[in-house]
Amino acid sequence: MRYAMAVDTKKCVGCSDCVVACQTENDVPIGFCRDWVVEVIDGTYPQLEVEIRSERCNQCENPPCVRCCPTGASHVVEGGVVLVKPNKCIGCGACIASCPYDARYPHPKGYVDKCTFCIHRVRLGMQPACVAVCPTKCMYFGDLDDPNSDVSRVLKKRKFKTLIPEAGTKPHLYFLI
Amino acid sequence: MNEELIISGRENPMVDPQLHIWHWPIPLYLFLGGLAAGVLFFAALYYLLGKEEDFRTAVRRVPFLAPAALVIGLAALFIDLRHKAYFWQLYTTIRLESPMSWGAWTLLVITTVSFIWCALHIREFFPKWDWRYNWLKELESFFNRYKRPLAWVMLVFAIITGVYTGILLSAFNARPLWNTSVLGPLFLASGLSAGAASVVLASKNKHERLLFTKIDLIILGTELFLIVHMFMGFLASTQVQIEAAGLFLGGPYTMVFWIFVVMLGIIIPAILDLMELKGYHIPAVIPGLLVIMGSLVFRFVFVFAGQVSRWLY
Repeated sequence: MRYAMAVDTKKCVGCSDCVVACQTENDVPIGFCRDWVVEVIDGTYPQLEVEIRSERCNQCENPPCVRCCPTGASHVVEGGVVLVKPNKCIGCGACIASCPYDARYPHPKGYVDKCTFCIHRVRLGMQPACVAVCPTKCMYFGDLDDPNSDVSRVLKKRKFKTLIPEAGTKPHLYFLI
Repeated sequence: MNEELIISGRENPMVDPQLHIWHWPIPLYLFLGGLAAGVLFFAALYYLLGKEEDFRTAVRRVPFLAPAALVIGLAALFIDLRHKAYFWQLYTTIRLESPMSWGAWTLLVITTVSFIWCALHIREFFPKWDWRYNWLKELESFFNRYKRPLAWVMLVFAIITGVYTGILLSAFNARPLWNTSVLGPLFLASGLSAGAASVVLASKNKHERLLFTKIDLIILGTELFLIVHMFMGFLASTQVQIEAAGLFLGGPYTMVFWIFVVMLGIIIPAILDLMELKGYHIPAVIPGLLVIMGSLVFRFVFVFAGQVSRWLY
């Protein structure tokens, strides 16, 4: 089982509903976020191209954050999802420095926090909060090993990219282009 | 033109707008750890070479710096933890993939050994020292009997301590400036030069001072070579590493690096060392303090600039 997410950059309008849904669902402290929306504008007026991406932890298959964690607080669970055990985390910040996507942040309570792919919802058969609320339905979630999952189906018919694949992290967050 | 905006806003403290998760305690510790490693390395080396009497300061006196430096360094590390009550989790596991994990264990060993080494030489400073309790006296005679193996352990762990502080940073693929294998030897060299400089500063024996001036000169030369080597590597590498090197080649860290680390911390003390060896009388305090200052500034510059360097996407 390999959980993955695909975000359609052609459908995303950058409304940030996913960000608010995540903050609400996961009780993310005010002023922090586990996911965010990036808008890239390319070209010179009037030939402009816009790409909007809803970004979060890439749940890498080769996660540098898990490798550098001195206590094993950062660990991988079912489906390749990377989680942090707060009561094992010493808050040293190594994982934050090791993430090329800057997807982790220090929680005010001391431990390091990050996107969990809403594994608590997924275990109950639900979609991650960000995917569930998306008003344009631009996000697809599922198991890459299941050819009938939403994410497998959309990756089969669309062109996609990942962020900084050259960093060798093997990210599991895909952007449809 | 390419403009990238985070339109939802992402202002995670210590991560945005640019990473600053490691503050002053980390470079301070890296410096103190390196200094302790340098000091203990020379103490163990000259003890094992049977030169304890010739180089008393290096073997018996300067090592007293090490436990102090290590304790202050450990306190600094502790201050920088954000989940302090759980720090003991470090010592429930050994993860070889994580330099911070085996580094924490190394620190435990080297700190203990440095305290034992100083306890064995306490009469150097307090000639009438008495351990009072019998079990302490027995412990002292036990370690005196096994002083050679102890020195071997100290030698090996001093090297590991010196190298690991560099490896710790170079293991971060996400920060292109740190992601170079030259960093391990470079940090070791910087620590050893600070250690040798401490002996030159503390020693009153001319023979010993001259030897450590020579050692210091060789290590400073090595350091300079490694720095040039590192920049050659960066400039021949990928765009992200070229830009990381740019932080020191015209970027915001140019002045502080080339003036305080390279000129004042390496080249000028090396010239002064050379003059001393040629027979000019140079007050030992000038090159000594410059080398130690350079070593300290080097850690600060590298830890801070490294956090600024990043992948582009």
